[in-house]
Order: sequence, then structure tokens, then C-alpha cells
Amino acid sequence: MGKLPGPLDIYPLLPGTNCEECGEANCMAFATKLAEYTVKLTACAPLYREAKYVKKLINLEDLIRPPVREVVIGTGEKAASIGGKLVLYRHDLRYSNPIAFFVDVADTLEGDALSQRVKAIEDWTYMYIGQNLRLDGIALRGVSQDPQTFAKAAKKLSSLTDWPIILCSLNPEMLAAAAKAIADKRPLLYAATLDTWSDAGEIAVKHNLPLVAYAPSGLDNLASLVNTLRAMGVEELVLDPGTASRTGLGTTVDNFTQLRRAATIGENELVGYPLLATPISVWADHKEGAAPELTKWDEVLTAASMIVRYSDAVVVHSLDMWTNLPLTFLRSNLYTDPVKPVAVEAGLQEFGDVDADSPVMYTTNFALTYFTVESDIKQAGVNAYLLVVDTEGMSVQSAVAGRRLTAEKVAEALEEYKVSEKVKHKILISPGMAARISGETEEVSGWAVKVGPQDSSGIPKYLQMGKWNEE
Amino acid sequence: MTSNEEGRGQSLDDIFGDFAELELENVTIQVDELKLALRPMVQQLAQAAAKAAIEMPKSLIPAQLKAPLGEYPGVIREITIGATKKEGGSRSNTVTIGGHTAPAWDLFQSPPKNPPVIAADVFDMPIPLAKAVKTHYREVLEDPAEWAKLCVDKFGADVITIHLISTDRQLGDTSPAAAAKTIEEVLQAVKVPILIGSAGDPEKDGPVLAKAAEVCEGERTLLCSATIDIYEPIAVAAKEHDQIVLSWTSLDINDQKELNRRLIEWVTPDQIVIDPTTAALGYGLEYAFTMMQRMRLAGLLGDSELQYPISSGTTNAWAAREAWLKAPELGPRELRGPIWESVTALSLLLAGNDLFMMMHPAAMKTVHDLIEWLRERRPIPVEEYADWTTIDIPEET
Repeated sequence: MGKLPGPLDIYPLLPGTNCEECGEANCMAFATKLAEYTVKLTACAPLYREAKYVKKLINLEDLIRPPVREVVIGTGEKAASIGGKLVLYRHDLRYSNPIAFFVDVADTLEGDALSQRVKAIEDWTYMYIGQNLRLDGIALRGVSQDPQTFAKAAKKLSSLTDWPIILCSLNPEMLAAAAKAIADKRPLLYAATLDTWSDAGEIAVKHNLPLVAYAPSGLDNLASLVNTLRAMGVEELVLDPGTASRTGLGTTVDNFTQLRRAATIGENELVGYPLLATPISVWADHKEGAAPELTKWDEVLTAASMIVRYSDAVVVHSLDMWTNLPLTFLRSNLYTDPVKPVAVEAGLQEFGDVDADSPVMYTTNFALTYFTVESDIKQAGVNAYLLVVDTEGMSVQSAVAGRRLTAEKVAEALEEYKVSEKVKHKILISPGMAARISGETEEVSGWAVKVGPQDSSGIPKYLQMGKWNEE
Repeated sequence: MTSNEEGRGQSLDDIFGDFAELELENVTIQVDELKLALRPMVQQLAQAAAKAAIEMPKSLIPAQLKAPLGEYPGVIREITIGATKKEGGSRSNTVTIGGHTAPAWDLFQSPPKNPPVIAADVFDMPIPLAKAVKTHYREVLEDPAEWAKLCVDKFGADVITIHLISTDRQLGDTSPAAAAKTIEEVLQAVKVPILIGSAGDPEKDGPVLAKAAEVCEGERTLLCSATIDIYEPIAVAAKEHDQIVLSWTSLDINDQKELNRRLIEWVTPDQIVIDPTTAALGYGLEYAFTMMQRMRLAGLLGDSELQYPISSGTTNAWAAREAWLKAPELGPRELRGPIWESVTALSLLLAGNDLFMMMHPAAMKTVHDLIEWLRERRPIPVEEYADWTTIDIPEET
């Protein structure tokens, strides 16, 4: 892991007055939180308010700048912050700023076709353990290759949506026209190349917009391009070393890994910018009339690889549930704070208005198992007890196999959490995956055990059928 | 200070840091006024300073990216599974995993010593399967030998895992001798190396795997699995019959080290493969991912207790409801299931897994493809990077 500043590096640059305005007890406590990147520097109001701290402020901003700078695309609530990464491996601390998914819209789409596509992108969602998974932005592609058409589409797009936009064209004239049209929306410009850096860079400087540096011809060339654009005064950069799929995937993964490793562990600030991957490139190989599913399959594999390997934003075309569910799940998983414990607390949980006749189910204390079951029960809106058995953070299936979920453990939990004082029946609903210990559980606990559904998505239907309390 | 900032002249800090401090401290203005003025003023100063120094470059300013090499004193052990006639077994080939000297797929550092392999799961009795999987095995569910043959001949499995689940006291309580017979049938049916899976029954696993080790004498099979609760009979059998042990723990790196230490009392380090448990995409995959990544890195950095190849029960991907749920609004199950298994495998592949136990033929094919695609840097001519900003994509997709 590259060297991140410690509390003792930060402390001398704070006011040192222990004024508590930030909400911490003293400046040292605030320094500690800054070192963990769990508070923003702006919480220290005096630093920004009082003239005498100007130099400290500037040094501090420099000191705590993440090895991968943060770039903001768009404005307002929907703006996408990308990059801002602190570490190479998630276990070294955590990954911040979940990867932004941009879905393409062609500038040749007209009228309803354009607005329908935008709506489909905005509406894509899925409820996953209590949160709505969503996409993040729109990549407007200059398919027309006509600057006026592109600018017009950009204008139309910005009136249809407040989502962040990437203006995508390798032709600087196209970018100039569209950037002028919607500069106030802070779009990301895609892209400056080894051939167009001068014109593209000028557009970015003129409108003060973030710009992608795209150089698929090698990492030295990409570094040169960055070096040049910075010399021009382009402050906010995003890097694209090129995305090749299938037989080119090894090279692509290797390029992204080198860039991110150089920025974090190597402390090479020249490449300390967010990375953009373009799995949408697979569509260049799509043969007319061929099954689109195969191309989508490749797009998912390419995108998944780049989600794991360090992209901060991706551009995709597919909008299907089967393509984007695995991708948004993967993002969600990898961006979970790794210190989040595997286990939740054991005990008896109540849902809805429970009474003495309410059903009692049990599950394990593996966090993901518990949250999934919890979310299913809440969504169903049923009144029920849920007994959470301590399986040392193992899922039902693994815990049964690994002897962490046994009849004895279930019986102990029934006893410890005094379930019989809560209900007047003695019926326990077991997870379907724990069916094999149900007989033994009846013997050890004295409760009647009914085997519930294999998957907790079946709970609402199972309870509705009412069979659990039939003889 | 970086070379780039030098290119611009002085750093911003040098230009206006002291200056701003001095100027402002010596000017008497109302505090409120200052509050309003300071921030924009600092920004303006910054911008002015930056812009003043800018001269339009006349050509590209060259820079290089030095490959960010790491230092890895450790090596992941190389484990060979299976044995040919010459080596005292009856397999037509062996597979070797591990041997790595760099983080997974960091090609700039060093390509993988041995590419990962795929083991197809075969069960000794019909089991409930997701429809998208069952479709491919309907004809062979009653016949493990035929099942194994199908996986090798048609689905390209590198090795076969025969799971002896019927030995479970709850599922048929078949005897170790009956299990041995099944193993012999599978050994007859296919020529690739085979792995032995127990049922997860605490009373039966020991005797069943001991018997399996005996009938596989000379075959150098992998006994799956020893756990922190039941490891002794399996380790003893592996020692006696020169087999390999899968050291299986539950997402806990200290347990993994502890179990490996205990196994070493019987077997040699060349007889261990580790499995930190695979959780499905969406249902704990990140724990498995991070465990594997950490174990691989720890091994490379010199922790001898973790220098073993890693195995994954990737079929666990199907525990995610999104993989199999009959829900047309989520798209066809025929695609959703195998892509779930594929993406679960892909992330663990990138984390450093070596042996994938899998089921869906499309997912197995995909992982084989990925291994082939990822294993080397292929020079890509610039013109092969299509300009995706202008391509025509059929609208209905």
C-alpha cells in the first residue's frame, strides 16, 4: 500500500485550537478521522474562514489528496464523483466512489426514440438487500459525425435528464459544438488523443470541463498525453488506455492494473487519475443479424473484469436485467467496506405487529443471509419473529455442512432468547437448506419444526399458505 | 515537487502561499468580509498563478510509465493432481496448479506459472438442480459414470469431482464400500484426474474419505475436504495413500492457517490445497474475493502457511436467487444463471483462484475462454481499437 498520511502528519497543519466546530472532541481526533478518510476537510470551518490558516489549508489539501484524484461529472444531486481511490486492494482500507455506469445513447436517435432510451436508462433498477441498484449516467455518442447534430442532441439530452453526461467523439469539432451547448452541465469530454490533444485540450480549458485522455497505443504514450494536457492547464483528467475484449482482455487488465498500481503503490502522481473502461467496444465486432446475446455476454465479461480491475467509470450499451444485474451486484460487493463484519448479532428479531400467534422462523447470523431474509420479510409486510442463531457468521448451507448450525445450537437459541415467552405455540420454521437437521432439532428442543422454503424469497408465499401451523 | 509541476514553473504553494498569508494578515478588513472574500480570492490566485505559467505546448511532452513492479520473495506451491500409468496411477494426464511468483494476472510482473483448471461437479445420486443446469444433465442424473463422461467429452472439464453425497445419513446412508464402487466406475469412465467430495456428514466423512483414499491408491486424488472439526482421519488417509487434502475453512484467514498447521502434522506441504469458501455473487462474494486475494498476497510475501493453490466451490453461485428465480422481468433464466456462475468465477479468477468446481457448461466454457484470454499480453495494433463512439449498434439491442 502506498503511503497515506497519518494523524501525526495531519495534526500540525490543523488550527490546534480544539474548538470542536467539526464535531470532534479535539484536533487530534479530527486528524485521526481525516487519516481514515471518514470525514471531509471542509468540516474544519476555521481553516476556511480564517486568513492565517491559508498556508496550512493549502498544504493540507495537498497532503490528503488521494493518490487517485477525484473527478466530478455533471452537476447537482445526480453528479457522479469518480476516482478518489486511496488503495490498490480493498482490504488495505476500502474502495471509495463506486464505479459509475454510463449507458450509451446515439446522437442519431430522434424524438421519442431518444427520450425512451433515456427513460429506460433512468428507470433501470433492482432492489437488493434494502437498496435500489441503479445506473449512473449517459454517454452521448457522436454517431452522426456532424457537429450540429451532436450539439443538438446534447442540448436535447440535457433538457431530458439531470443525469451526468459524457460527450463521446474523437473529433474535436464535434466536442467543441456540444461542449459549448451544455458546458453548464459539466459533461465529461471523450476524448483527447495523440492526434487531437491540442484542440480537445483547448475546449476543456475554455469551458473548464473534465477531459478523457485516450491512448490505446501504449502506456508511455498515455503518460505523455497526460503530461501534455496538464501543461496546457487541463486539471481534471480521466484516463483510458483502451478496452479490448476477448483475446485482448489480458492486455487490457494488465494496462489498468499497471496504471492503478503505479498511482497507489508506486506513488506516481502523473497517472493518479480515474480510469475509464469502454466494454461497449465489443459492439464493434457485432455482426449484423447475429444473436445480440453473444455480444452482450462478452460485454458483461469485459465489464466485470474492469469492475474488478480498477476502472472508476465504464461505458456499456446493454440495458438488460440479465446483463446489468451481475455487474451492479459485483460493484456493490467490491465497494462494501471490508471492515463490515461477516456476522450480525444473534437474537430474536420482531417484524410488524407480532403477537402470541405470530410465526417464528430462524436463520443464521451470516450478515448477507440475515439481511436477505430481513429484506424479504419486510417487503412481504408480514408479522413474524426471526430467531437469529449464532453460526459464527456462516450461511445456512455452509453452517449445516460445517457443523456450525446444529440441533443443539437452535435449541440453545430458543432457550436463550426466551422464545416460548413470546408465543403460545411451539412451532419453529426452519430454513429449507437446514432440512436435514429438522428431525434432530425437534428431539433436542421439544419444538415442532416445519421446513420452510429453500430460499427466503419464498417466505411470503409460504406464510400466506398458512401451512406452518396446521397439524 | 513533481517534474510536471516544474514544467509549469513554481508550485502553487510557492507562488501564493506565503504571499497570501502575508498580504491578508497585514490588511485590516472586517472578519465577515474576509469570510466571503477569502475562498474566491484563494481560488483566483490559484488560477491566475496556474494560467500565467501556461504556454501552449508545441508538441507532445514525452513521459514514461515505469512498470510498477513489486517484490515477492515467496512462491505459491505447485501441486500436481492425478497420476499417469508411469507415475503409478491410471490417468491419461495430470493437472498442475499453483507455482505463482506474482499477484494473479499481473502479467507485467510475471504471467501465471500454471493456468487455473476447471473441475466439473458430479453427484452420486440425483439432486435438486436449477432448471438451467438440470437441462444439461437430465439424461445422466442417475449414472455418475456417464455424468462424468459427459462433462469431459462434451463440456471440456479438466478434472471431475465425484461428490459422494448419498453417504450422508440423511440422504441414503450408503456405505464407504458403495462409495468406493462409484469411484471405481468414474475412474473407468474417464481418464482425467478425479477429485473426491464427501457429503458433509460429520460421522461419515472420515470413513468415506479414508476408503476413497484407499481405492484411489496411486491416483493422487484430492480429498475434499478436511475441516477444522474433522481433519484427522482425512489427513491420516492422505498420508497413508499419498493423496492431497483440500483444507476447507469458512472465510477466516486465521482458521485457514490453523487448519493448515494441523494438517502438516501428517501430510507434506505438497499435499495441501486451500479453500476459504465461495459465497455467491451478491451474497458474500466480496468475502471470498478478499480472502483469496489476501491469501495469495500473504503467500507471495512469505507466509509459508498460505503458500498453497486455492480452490473454489464456484457452483455455490447458484445459491443466489437471481441466478435461478423464475422471473421473466429479470430476463431469461437460461442466460441469467450461467452468467451468474461466470461472473462469480471471473472475480475469483482475478483474485487468484486456481481450481474451479463448476456445473453449467456455458460457465465452464466461459472460464476456459477467460483463462486463455488473460494468460498473456498480446500486442494489439492501434487500428484494432475500434472507434466505439461512431459504430452502428442495432437499435433493438
